[in-house]
Amino acid sequence: MATKPEEFNFSKHDQFNNSMIPGKFARALRTCKIWQFIRFIVLNIKMLIVVSKSH
Amino acid sequence: MARLVVLGGGVAGHTAATFAADWLGSEHEVVVVTPNAKWNWIPSNIWVGVGQMSKEEVTFDLDPVYKKAGITYKQAKAVSLNPEGNGSSDKPFVTIEYTGQGKAGKSEEVTYDYLINATGPKLNFGATPGLGEGSQLGEHTVSVCTADHAQHAADELTKVLDKMRNGERQKILIGTGHGMCTCQGAAFEYIFNVEHEIRKAGLRDMADIQWISNEAFMGDFGMGGLHMKVGGYVVSSRIFTESLFAERGVNYITGAHVNKVEKGKVSYELLDGTMGEETFDFSMLIPPFAGVGLKAYNKAGEDITDTVFAPNGFMKVDADYTPKPYEQWKASDWPLTYQNPTYKNVFAAGIAFAPPHLISKPAKSPNGTVINPTPPRTGMPSGIIGKAVARSVCDLIKNGEGAHLHEASMAHMGAACVASAGKGWLDGTAAAMTVYPVVQDFEKYPGTGRDTDYTFGEIGLAGHWIKHILHYLFIYKAKLKPFWKIIPE
Ligand SMILES: Cc1cc2nc3c(=O)[nH]c(=O)nc-3n(C[C@H](O)[C@H](O)[C@H](O)COP(=O)(O)OP(=O)(O)OC[C@H]3O[C@@H](n4cnc5c(N)ncnc54)[C@H](O)[C@@H]3O)c2cc1C
Repeated sequence: MATKPEEFNFSKHDQFNNSMIPGKFARALRTCKIWQFIRFIVLNIKMLIVVSKSH
Repeated sequence: MARLVVLGGGVAGHTAATFAADWLGSEHEVVVVTPNAKWNWIPSNIWVGVGQMSKEEVTFDLDPVYKKAGITYKQAKAVSLNPEGNGSSDKPFVTIEYTGQGKAGKSEEVTYDYLINATGPKLNFGATPGLGEGSQLGEHTVSVCTADHAQHAADELTKVLDKMRNGERQKILIGTGHGMCTCQGAAFEYIFNVEHEIRKAGLRDMADIQWISNEAFMGDFGMGGLHMKVGGYVVSSRIFTESLFAERGVNYITGAHVNKVEKGKVSYELLDGTMGEETFDFSMLIPPFAGVGLKAYNKAGEDITDTVFAPNGFMKVDADYTPKPYEQWKASDWPLTYQNPTYKNVFAAGIAFAPPHLISKPAKSPNGTVINPTPPRTGMPSGIIGKAVARSVCDLIKNGEGAHLHEASMAHMGAACVASAGKGWLDGTAAAMTVYPVVQDFEKYPGTGRDTDYTFGEIGLAGHWIKHILHYLFIYKAKLKPFWKIIPE
């Protein structure tokens, strides 16, 4: 039996077969506190730019 | 002294009323007519719906806030408008019916110099047999559209989790309950929050989770999808949305008009004309939205509702409502000032204004059933429009009828939206997205309709932090705490 989550999900349903599924590294980055702290700052800046263009 | 009456104390109405009261000072009067005693930060209802926040955390009493702001607060619902007055007076007025303040059921006529209609949506459960009656939720499904609904959803979800713990496999169905729904984003958030809670409880193997939506493709969100720059590519939101569903093991049905809801079962029609059925043990289906059903009468007492409101019940404003094919839709069809074309002292803000057409591509099944999302008007545009309209009214009051009207077209503004995919300071995730502009402008951006430098999306813990901080920030702002005015909409 496949152990990697993406292996399981690709095989689970035809719909999923044509999707991209994040691997272990991409998943880990999503909740990696240091990386996410950096992203937090970047996202806030990006959002503030859009907010300032909209007011 | 002029009187501004604001109908609806939600995102758009509360923003309009509080800014107008601040700008006008005590020289003029601002009246808010809204049926609820409490203000609700609706986006956080998702977390109430999975038992991760209490109803009290997402609501607060309006009365002390309006007292502090010098706003006259009437806990009532508007029933009709008389924009020309009546036989005995030329003064325009709105007829309201109290829902609280010890006067429930009593009617009153409130005269106005200026009116802002920010009554938001009627939750039109009655549009789908079995989903509910009128604006009342039915018995087969749950909803997260109000804090009370969300609390009920959390209670039902707890029962489902208990059944799984007892070894009973459960089928969960979440999405849209009609072919013409909007607000897919809320259903998207709810399905992934439910999935997250089930996973956290160690019960993921016991649940089959199914998405059903009226969107023609995954990631449409009522905005025709969006294209964002990722890793040097311009990529459709479809790719990312399908990816998340695959990653989390959630199956999906798209292009579906749910036409009947029964105990444990929905029936639907697909865009290709085929019919299907899905069973469920727990289901949250977003209802379609309509206008709240305000009537309008002229001086002679004749019904002029069709002049003031579009057939869907939303108020007509300065949009181009000429029916035209999709290929001829333009960004300039969208309203700039939200002024009613017939009655210039009447404005609409937020969900209450009638959009000129869809944002997504229109679609019908071969049987003639319309299956396409209607345009979303999310929190940020609703707040910005509310503030712009308040500014126009204040200028009209202070500078007279020739005053410049402020513009806030959804085809010129962007929106930031953070869609929760699971709550938790350390293990939560959310998709942080911006679109610019909200309504595509294919004349300016012929490829994607939007500026790909300012349209982006990313999922992660940082998005959750932003969403959670915004919860506190917007409630702080709505309570008019120090420096509330510098917090953007
Ligand atoms: C579950 C859920 C999650 C959401 N999440 C997000 C999100 O994450 N981000 C985002 O940007 N948007 C989100 N939205 C959308 C957002 O809530 C709306 O865009 C916003 O509330 C619209 O503001 P509004 O003022 O037009 O309407 P509302 O906020 O609904 O306010 C309308 C007000 O009018 C009152 N009213 C109704 N009838 C009458 C009447 N006859 N007379 C007087 N008053 C009346 C209502 O009681 C209410 O107070 C979400 C929506 C839902 C349902």
